[in-house]
Amino acid sequence: MSSWPSAQEAKVLGKRVTRLSGVDKVTGRAKYTYDIRLPGLLYGKILRCPYASAKILSVDTSKAEALPGVRAVVVVDENKTCRFVGDEVAAVAATSTDIAEDAIRLIEVEYDIGNYVVDEQTSMKPGAPKVHEDRENVRPGGVNEQGSIDDAFAEAAVTLEATYSTQVQTHMCLETHGHVVEWDGESMTVWASTQAVFGVRGSLADHFELPADQVRVITEHMGGGFGSKFGPGVEGVLAARLAKEAEAPVKLMLDRKEEFLAVGNRPSAIAEIRAAASKDGRLLAMDMKTYGTGGASGGAGFPLPYVYTVNNRRRQHSDVFINAGNARAMRAPGHPQASFIMESMMDELAYELGMDPLEFRRRNDPNEVRQGQYTVGAREIGWHRRNRNPREMKGTLRRGIGMGCGLWGGGGGKGTQARCTIHSDGTVEVVTGTQDLGTGIRTAIAIVAAEGLGLAPEQIHVRIGDSQPGLPSGGSGGSTTTASVTPVIKTAVDKARVQLLQWVAEEMEVEATALTVGDGKIFLADDLSRNLSWKEATSLLGTDMIVTEGEWDSNLRQSGVAGVQFAEVEVDLQTGQIQPIRIVAVQDCGLVVNRLTAESQVYSGVIQGLSWALLEDRIMDPSTGLMINPDMEYYKVTGSLDMPDIQVIMYDTHRKVTGLGEPPVIPTAGAIANAVFNATGLRFRSIPITPDKVLTAYKEANA
Amino acid sequence: MANQKEERHVISRRGFLKGMGTGAVATAILPELPSQSVEAEETTQEITEATITLHINGKDHKLTVEPRTTLLSALRDRLELTGTKQVCDRGTCGGCTVIVDGRTVYACMTLAIDMEGKNIRTIEGLAAGDELHPVQEAFIEKDALMCGFCTPGFVMSVAALLEGNPDPSLDEVKEGVSGNMCRCGTYPRVFEAALAAAQQMRGA
Repeated sequence: MSSWPSAQEAKVLGKRVTRLSGVDKVTGRAKYTYDIRLPGLLYGKILRCPYASAKILSVDTSKAEALPGVRAVVVVDENKTCRFVGDEVAAVAATSTDIAEDAIRLIEVEYDIGNYVVDEQTSMKPGAPKVHEDRENVRPGGVNEQGSIDDAFAEAAVTLEATYSTQVQTHMCLETHGHVVEWDGESMTVWASTQAVFGVRGSLADHFELPADQVRVITEHMGGGFGSKFGPGVEGVLAARLAKEAEAPVKLMLDRKEEFLAVGNRPSAIAEIRAAASKDGRLLAMDMKTYGTGGASGGAGFPLPYVYTVNNRRRQHSDVFINAGNARAMRAPGHPQASFIMESMMDELAYELGMDPLEFRRRNDPNEVRQGQYTVGAREIGWHRRNRNPREMKGTLRRGIGMGCGLWGGGGGKGTQARCTIHSDGTVEVVTGTQDLGTGIRTAIAIVAAEGLGLAPEQIHVRIGDSQPGLPSGGSGGSTTTASVTPVIKTAVDKARVQLLQWVAEEMEVEATALTVGDGKIFLADDLSRNLSWKEATSLLGTDMIVTEGEWDSNLRQSGVAGVQFAEVEVDLQTGQIQPIRIVAVQDCGLVVNRLTAESQVYSGVIQGLSWALLEDRIMDPSTGLMINPDMEYYKVTGSLDMPDIQVIMYDTHRKVTGLGEPPVIPTAGAIANAVFNATGLRFRSIPITPDKVLTAYKEANA
Repeated sequence: MANQKEERHVISRRGFLKGMGTGAVATAILPELPSQSVEAEETTQEITEATITLHINGKDHKLTVEPRTTLLSALRDRLELTGTKQVCDRGTCGGCTVIVDGRTVYACMTLAIDMEGKNIRTIEGLAAGDELHPVQEAFIEKDALMCGFCTPGFVMSVAALLEGNPDPSLDEVKEGVSGNMCRCGTYPRVFEAALAAAQQMRGA
């Protein structure tokens, strides 16, 4: 069992370290899957079903095949039933994207067009068109019950009955999903925009019945995943099939519209709640009926109750099928939905009780870390400035303050292997099969290695994003990457250091245990003047080199992350616009490995949370079954002009790596909605809170 | 939006001009059009490609393009300048921002054949050899990048902003990059980087 160096001992661990990939990314040299070019490369394009529900009767590809420049045409499944607009039908590889696009228009498909339903409410009605022939549209889960709802309501001082809802959000990765596939006989090399190099390798090897080591997957850089890029998907399999058939490498990157339609989203969430609280501010009971849609697939679950203790509760959740693109994991799956619903409800109960909403939370939150975060966040936002009587505010520009909370697991686990090599010329190589989504794991690995060897992070050659070395690591999801990877890196590096010190000890004729590393040197701990430079030390290796493998050490990691956010907004009651003014994010992530990139990750979560709270929405047209806004102009996300002043406070509580990617996205929407209430006295139980909703609510409140 | 793209490919220039030529209203308004369109029809039937010279990052590149080829496609697919990214492909996100005659331009909305004789700068031409541009330095220093896919576009927008306004306010920086979108949420860091680079460049 080892442990991380203390804050006082650490030289680079926990400091502000710029990204190793920085130069490549600011100069345009960073090669993403989308940038890969190979001799004889063909371009793939997918034909997608234009109907929300349709059975394929026949597919005629002869005209497409005859088009000059077309090299391969494959059909997904001649008997497929398409369940949403954008479902894959066939694919083409051609010598240019333009020709591939021309070719897919020449594929003739005969469909038996069915009835469809694209919203949860209609889908739940008796007689609604069935999304799956063999299943009902509503898939109810069991009833979970604990304590006594009736007794709790009988003793309640206040009760609340409300329905909260959150919309479907899409990942909108800037680099779309896609692959470049090149076959060499019975083995293939795949450049993939993925969060799981080894996951893609396994899936493609399975699909084509190849030995795992005959599929090589490379992800040097990738342009965002947010949970939507864990496997090759239909598009990856199609790229590989096209490349095999054409006997040439194929690049198949989705276009923007396809990205919106077919490769994942955060499911909707609807919660019909009855809640009760006691006079002394205890949350007594929640009676919940919840549902949501993950499109034609399930997966619309979310935790509820959330964060706070509720002893008496009853809940039944149902997944509802609709004819729309399927859900995939999206940054903290289920949690932002849960947080918005729970935090809105808590806020309402607090106002009903006439209690400070912060105090009400304190009394029901069992988590000690958040109890500390409340104090810090309230001080930084100036919680005392909040409006005591939100319904009595005057003027057209109104400001208010609200808050929200989140929790997450993280903590990582087994499944990563890593190798550390010290060459006699001083080069240090650290190799593992993880991938950097933009989170900064590449730099975190370098920091951990540098700390263990007394070097600077830029002296470490980090090789990740490639399955070829055969050193696996899990997919980057669940905020588990840092906690899964860095312990293994640390143990590999520690072993390498011990070995190097043996070589130096023999040379200096001292005990190896008397030696230590730092500032690019190996020196005698008791006599700093007796030292060797890193290069002098490694040159002792001669023709040898040090090669060590890491091991999992669960003592270096811990699960459980807490976060609290406070928001201040200004609402313009003439335009309905909500301008976020300030957001304070107090976030725990366990041991901070790189303070610079950790803060960036919190900014990132807050901004995506804000975007979801106020703008983002997948809008489906019930009459045509089409997504109305599958582009970056009408699918609104926050831009530079929407940015509030964001204050990030890393709340360090212990020195074990835990996880940070997802947690900061969780509390934001609740905090924003509660701030809007505090500003205007208008309660929005449904997001996004768009100007039309604000104007309508204001008009109704003053009617 | 996809329909627009399909139309772009389906309706050829020739077909469009033909339609105009046979329209009585169009003829009445523009009496000279029919004869022009006949001429155009004959030429466009022959010419489906044009050889052009693009002046990019100080060098001339001669290439043959179709009239529908965008500057973005010419840069990426023909000249291997892949730092400029296609993201929205509809002039919304700024991932393809390049600087043409001192102004930022969306390369996805610009036809390559219209770019002859212009001074085009891409992300690959911003650094002076191994010496990074101060904006690039500042982006690394302030961590104004995460996945990095939007980064070349942001760097170009900030570089162009500072050329026209060496001492921008925070609001002017926000305005200056308002044509660029980032999904990771690097905006606060981009603002810091732009202001730091401006200060650095004024001091240098």
